[in-house]
Amino acid sequence: MSIEKITNPFDARHWIGHMEADYMYTLGVVGERFFKELKENGRIMGTRCPNCSIVYVPPRMYCERCFAKLEEWIDVGKKGTIHTFTIATIEKDGKKLEKPVIYALIKFEGAHGGMIHKIGETDTVCIGMKVEAVLKSPEERKASINDIAYFRPTK
Amino acid sequence: MYGKKRVAIVGAGLTLFRRRLKETGKELAYEAAKMALDAAGLELRDIQSVVMGTAPDAFDGVHMKGEYLADGAGAYHKPYTRVFVGGGTGVFTPLAGWWHIASGQFDTCLVVCEEKMSSCYPHPQYAFTTIFDPILERPIGMNLIWIFALEMQRYMHKHNIKKEHIALVSVKNKGNALDHPCAQLAARITVDDVLNSEIMAWPVQRLDVSPTSDGGAALVLVSEDVAKEITDNPVWIDGVGWCIDSTHWTNRDLYYPDYVEYAARMAYKMAGIKNPPKEIDVAEPYDPFDYKELHHMEGLLLCKKGEAPKLTAEGVTQRDGDLPINPSGGLLGVGNPIAAAGLMKVCEIFWQLRGEAGKRQIPGDPRTGIAQAWGDLMQYGSVIVLRR
Amino acid sequence: MSEKIKRYLGEEVKAEEIKEGKIPIEKFKPKAKYAWSAGIAISKFLEELKKGRIIASTCNKCGRIMVPPRIYCELCFKPTDGWTYVKDTGTINTFSASYLAADATRLKEPIIVAIIDLDGASEGMGIIHKIGEVEDWKQLKIGMKVEAVWKPPEEREGAITDIKYFKPVKEAATL
Repeated sequence: MSIEKITNPFDARHWIGHMEADYMYTLGVVGERFFKELKENGRIMGTRCPNCSIVYVPPRMYCERCFAKLEEWIDVGKKGTIHTFTIATIEKDGKKLEKPVIYALIKFEGAHGGMIHKIGETDTVCIGMKVEAVLKSPEERKASINDIAYFRPTK
Repeated sequence: MYGKKRVAIVGAGLTLFRRRLKETGKELAYEAAKMALDAAGLELRDIQSVVMGTAPDAFDGVHMKGEYLADGAGAYHKPYTRVFVGGGTGVFTPLAGWWHIASGQFDTCLVVCEEKMSSCYPHPQYAFTTIFDPILERPIGMNLIWIFALEMQRYMHKHNIKKEHIALVSVKNKGNALDHPCAQLAARITVDDVLNSEIMAWPVQRLDVSPTSDGGAALVLVSEDVAKEITDNPVWIDGVGWCIDSTHWTNRDLYYPDYVEYAARMAYKMAGIKNPPKEIDVAEPYDPFDYKELHHMEGLLLCKKGEAPKLTAEGVTQRDGDLPINPSGGLLGVGNPIAAAGLMKVCEIFWQLRGEAGKRQIPGDPRTGIAQAWGDLMQYGSVIVLRR
Repeated sequence: MSEKIKRYLGEEVKAEEIKEGKIPIEKFKPKAKYAWSAGIAISKFLEELKKGRIIASTCNKCGRIMVPPRIYCELCFKPTDGWTYVKDTGTINTFSASYLAADATRLKEPIIVAIIDLDGASEGMGIIHKIGEVEDWKQLKIGMKVEAVWKPPEEREGAITDIKYFKPVKEAATL
């Protein structure tokens, strides 16, 4: 028996294939309402837990802490704060991006949780920076997280 | 006694089973878990540990879905484990819950199973092709149904069983499911309907097969001390067993599931069961295909090898028969969201033993019941014995 | 169901509702490609297939001749002891005629597959492969003798598909 030291699988005898699987995800009971509000009314909504006084954004059906069913919906506005960020310089496949893209975790005022999104209209960014959501035009919106084009620094 | 603490089931929850539900996997897990907690009269803060059971990530299309589902299962800031043994997961998950408490480490454990197969399209069968050996089997063009067809053919050959005898299982289970409010494929059908349905992979025909489904199920497990405080009606986990056979599945004789027998013997020994058909009042063997119910009755030692079709034809396995099998309607009738379907069977035995099964209630004050699931490459058996 | 529970939750979504755009969904196609290495035992097996031979591994403790070959005996849990050729003929252990392709789409002409117990290997040591040159699959039987039909040597690539399929042995069957 020999232990071969091969790092490239193509150097060993191999069979090539792929995992053929396509997916379509329902948005969920609460997700569907969240994205409809975003698409139709341009609003970012959260749900509030009356026991724990937590507002979840994006909204959830249940409070993960006390398991209450959440039925109180709150418009949290479009303004938030950058909690942390990264500046991406390479694509998912490892190729270099022409222009770096800033991704940030944005927290909304008075809300728990946050949203990962792009930051636009600026080359500089810092933790604690105030940002606001820039929505696509109503006709471009499709009930998707990309109905928010990006977040930009507030003026 | 096995373990440091005796373990009881004190609550069960179940969602509808459907081809596609709007709820996300997390939401399904929550609905089932919350229902089980409510039924037990407990709150999330009473729960010390959580076990999640869910089948391959490839169905939901969320890689590492154990972690994805955690908050829906009530695991926020709690000891949490995801277990997975293919189709055997649904019955294996409460077994894992059992050892959480039997070890002495916890007094309460929330057991949750979820599956959302509708995410994968055009058909979840495609995701199954990747369970096969990539070098020797996949190049042949494997389809999941083949392994069932090959096993069914072998079973029929060995005991000279006709398809019409096997079809009776589908007729019974889809009929039983008419009384199940969560059922996806409840129907009154005939043997001829089964025999005339589309041939998928001979001898498997359309109505021999359970559907793909979305759904969730949950149980609340507690130690004996807690059970005595909160309920007069606990159902005890008195036996647990699990076993796997060789992955070289083409090297085995598929006519009989040895691994189910070994799992059953382990569980029966623990429960002190010496004569299974006499001492077991109700059973929920795994029935993703109609012949599988028969195969598993034999593996569970509920009858002799090759005898299950005869018992079925004689009506012994009907709800009012001497040994009711799959009074819920099983996977063939209620649906098959893999892990949730297995746990649905344990829920059914729980409700049957408590006398809460409504229209599905079997007569005769049942005291001992078993549930079993099967999975991986025709090789995994998980068995649980419940007693009132 | 417990009769104590009055309402079971879950909102059904029909395929048409998605098609008609009434229910929003999010789509995704993972791009996961693989090069599965054949490993030590199966690499040798595939090399031999290229030469038109089927090789098995042997365990001196339990005496089994194993196909597909492996570098360890899973029963004795020790390294296997040697290699030996088995025949390219065998017996149908079980079979199916599949009207389903791998993605569950329907086929007009079925694929016939079988587990074939190879002659010269220990009893019940089967491999899965296709069955060809059969006019009507209903005439197939468990226990029927079959033989490998190989690709011509120049087309072989060291793959399980170097055997095109197995066909019933003429003397044993009238097909």
